[in-house]
Amino acid sequence: MNTQAQYLKTIYLVQEAADGPASTGAIADRLGVSPASANEMIGKLEERGLADHEKYKGVSLTDDGISRARDALQTYCIIERFLWEVLEVEDFQAEARQLESVIDETVAERLDTIIDRKDCCPDCFDAETDACELLEVEVTSGPAD
Amino acid sequence: MSLTQPVASDHQLARLLQIGMVLEEVVEARAHKHYEALGDDELDPEIVALLEDAAEESGEHRRRLESLVDELDADPVAYEEIETLVAARYESDTDFDGVLYDQLCNEETAYKFYDDLIAAIEGSAIEFTIDRERLIEVLEAIRAEERDGVEEVTELMERRR
Repeated sequence: MNTQAQYLKTIYLVQEAADGPASTGAIADRLGVSPASANEMIGKLEERGLADHEKYKGVSLTDDGISRARDALQTYCIIERFLWEVLEVEDFQAEARQLESVIDETVAERLDTIIDRKDCCPDCFDAETDACELLEVEVTSGPAD
Repeated sequence: MSLTQPVASDHQLARLLQIGMVLEEVVEARAHKHYEALGDDELDPEIVALLEDAAEESGEHRRRLESLVDELDADPVAYEEIETLVAARYESDTDFDGVLYDQLCNEETAYKFYDDLIAAIEGSAIEFTIDRERLIEVLEAIRAEERDGVEEVTELMERRR
């Protein structure tokens, strides 16, 4: 997943949680980058018609931005579910974050052919736990066989 | 500015190589399933040969990756396990055009994966347990074969138009 996709996913999750524009600080925090870096990328997203940035209010994704963000989130969900279901990685959130920049959307699509992802994806993603809500239910009962 | 992370540890490298193994296992298992589902009646000899080659090549790639994973003291992913997962979600209504398209996706995906992985290793300053030169050599050789595979399937698709 490239840098743009990671930003779109993050802005989407922050704006959904806030039920309004996402603050630059919250975006930077979640991505572990400086506010200056976040601002630079947000400017690029604006130029590409993927986001609108209003001073003192924050960033909102455009319809095109939301669509791409949801695709990126879906890719992330595939990586997490693959790590959990197939490789039985307990700390799958942390590993997914490390791997997401190396795992491309096309690679994730192949991994998707062997996991049991639900049709509601990515709406079942819980930003608080950084995991699929449906997966959390399984997490409490231990890794899959 | 980039969020792209170079490979930061032996553990992460092993995980990525495991993912490579799984991708190869998916190719191999899907090639077998295609043949099983359609058989000689539906598939012409050229496509049967392509599927056999793809399965054989993936098996070979898997073994090369497994030897790297072993050196990193991580567990390889059992082929039988992936074969079961592929079978569970395999859709048998694929026709021969679908088979070719699937093979093209397999080869393109594998090429992209190894390309990104090599870049992430080259961007890393970590000294891995495994010899870096050999690691890159193995991955580059596999990547080259995936690139040839993309060309082979594309040519076959063009000939059938």
